[in-house]
Amino acid sequence: MSTVSWITARGLFGRRRFLLLLPLPALLLVLAILSRSLGVDPGEWGPAVLVGLGLAVVLPVVALIVGTGVLGAEIDDGTVVHILTKPLPRWQIVLPKLAVAAGVTAVTVAVPLYVAGVLAHSVRLGLALAVAASIGSLAYCAFFVALSLVTRRPVLLGLVYVLIWEGLLGNFVSGTKVLSIQQYVITLADRIAPTGLLTSDVSVPVASVMSALIAVGFTALAIDRLRSFSVAGETS
Amino acid sequence: MTTISAEPAAPATPASTLDLAGVSRWYGNVVAVNDVTMRLGPGVTGLLGPNGAGKTTLLHMMAGFLSPSRGEVTLDGMPTWRNPEVYRRLGLVSEREAVHSFLSAYEFVLASAKLHRLSDPEAAARRAIALVEMEDAQDRKIGTYSKGMRQRTRVAGALVHDPQVLLLDEPFNGMDPRQRLHMMALLHRLGDAGRTILFSSHILEEVEQVSGTVQVMVAGRLAASGDYRTIRRLMTNRPHVFRVRSTDDRALAVALMAEESVTGVELGRDGLTVQAGDYGAFTRALPKIALARSLRVRSLTPEDESLESVFSYLVGS
Repeated sequence: MSTVSWITARGLFGRRRFLLLLPLPALLLVLAILSRSLGVDPGEWGPAVLVGLGLAVVLPVVALIVGTGVLGAEIDDGTVVHILTKPLPRWQIVLPKLAVAAGVTAVTVAVPLYVAGVLAHSVRLGLALAVAASIGSLAYCAFFVALSLVTRRPVLLGLVYVLIWEGLLGNFVSGTKVLSIQQYVITLADRIAPTGLLTSDVSVPVASVMSALIAVGFTALAIDRLRSFSVAGETS
Repeated sequence: MTTISAEPAAPATPASTLDLAGVSRWYGNVVAVNDVTMRLGPGVTGLLGPNGAGKTTLLHMMAGFLSPSRGEVTLDGMPTWRNPEVYRRLGLVSEREAVHSFLSAYEFVLASAKLHRLSDPEAAARRAIALVEMEDAQDRKIGTYSKGMRQRTRVAGALVHDPQVLLLDEPFNGMDPRQRLHMMALLHRLGDAGRTILFSSHILEEVEQVSGTVQVMVAGRLAASGDYRTIRRLMTNRPHVFRVRSTDDRALAVALMAEESVTGVELGRDGLTVQAGDYGAFTRALPKIALARSLRVRSLTPEDESLESVFSYLVGS
């Protein structure tokens, strides 16, 4: 593990906001276990729990907390200067941080999604959800890490994207789905395990290419912005 | 405002040089730093100025954390902006930078050493921690430290790669008197060893104790640079004030009034307060006058050569 990854992971798990990660995946698990144990038809609870809660809320919110935490929190409290005053090319800072963020998000979200998928249908659906959520973790985290460097309010803007763009506009304006990471994840999971529980609105090529473009594009943006990182203009 | 230059003598050993050439920085309509040109070589230099003078903005540009709106900042010819390579030679202790409270001082400094890719990071970390005398507390979490201990830990982190240039923004903030003296001694040692040290402060006594060489910022401009005592002597438009004690103060006062370089004499219980327009002419004339009157000068003390008086003249002008 590189020193940047080590500091990032220690910082992430050492902050109280990490505790925010736990309730949502736990809720997902509890609802899936309850529905299954009460004998409710998976066709009734599956889409609501797996997509409505798991992919539309748990995945992006966990990615938002983690993605803005690995760099944005360090920028907020000033500790980022410690890493930036080292002779490291900026990609050697962004990539380890992104890897930690995507890894932590993937583990936090994929495990409960896997369990919920198994309970709803099959191991194959569980695996499909875990794989698609991991890809989504990378795309979301790349987006949120870049957001930390282009705005001082990355959490607010991230929430606007998740709640307004993906959650609200996605239901009314079909075109917005082409720019929705949530839709890519649903499409990829449905492609790996076609079950009828997931309804995809974008094609597999669009989902694959756009996921890759978002991950690569926002990572490149983050690296470029970090090269020109300015300390806020105090004039004391 | 005129810039007065009294640069120190050339360094004895070759070392890094930080150059600012016509550097300005503005935020919208507000000019934070205005056309500053300076060269920093080995030794300790104090960056002095009242709050809001532009010291921190200038330090951030030197450290590559802010792009100049105009002009260029270079370290040994390399631009500091968008150039992480400069951190091989430069260390920064900024005013605001927090420290990872979940790490111990040793872990923090060791991480710095590893990020610098030093060949023996453990030894470098131990050396830097010893330099700031933090061995006893090095294994405790930084979150449990006093402000002064955190500051010393940050200095250790900035010194771990033995940089040629060290920039410190208000380094004495939060330190108790003992820690302050220790930090001053450390900066002296680093300066004497040929390092280029620049520290900012708005507290005159700190600067006066650590460094004779100052860069004085006032309202975004470089008002003066060099040894502050020399700067004072170059301020020919302000009379120099001396305290003189002799075997017969009254007789000496009468004699001094005839001297062209003297602009005023006040006779007090503990000697004469003499105002002289020309520093050199007065100090040359005084022994001759005393000799001619068979008087003995017991003491001659410049009264307004302190950094405080130099600073107040510069800020007030």
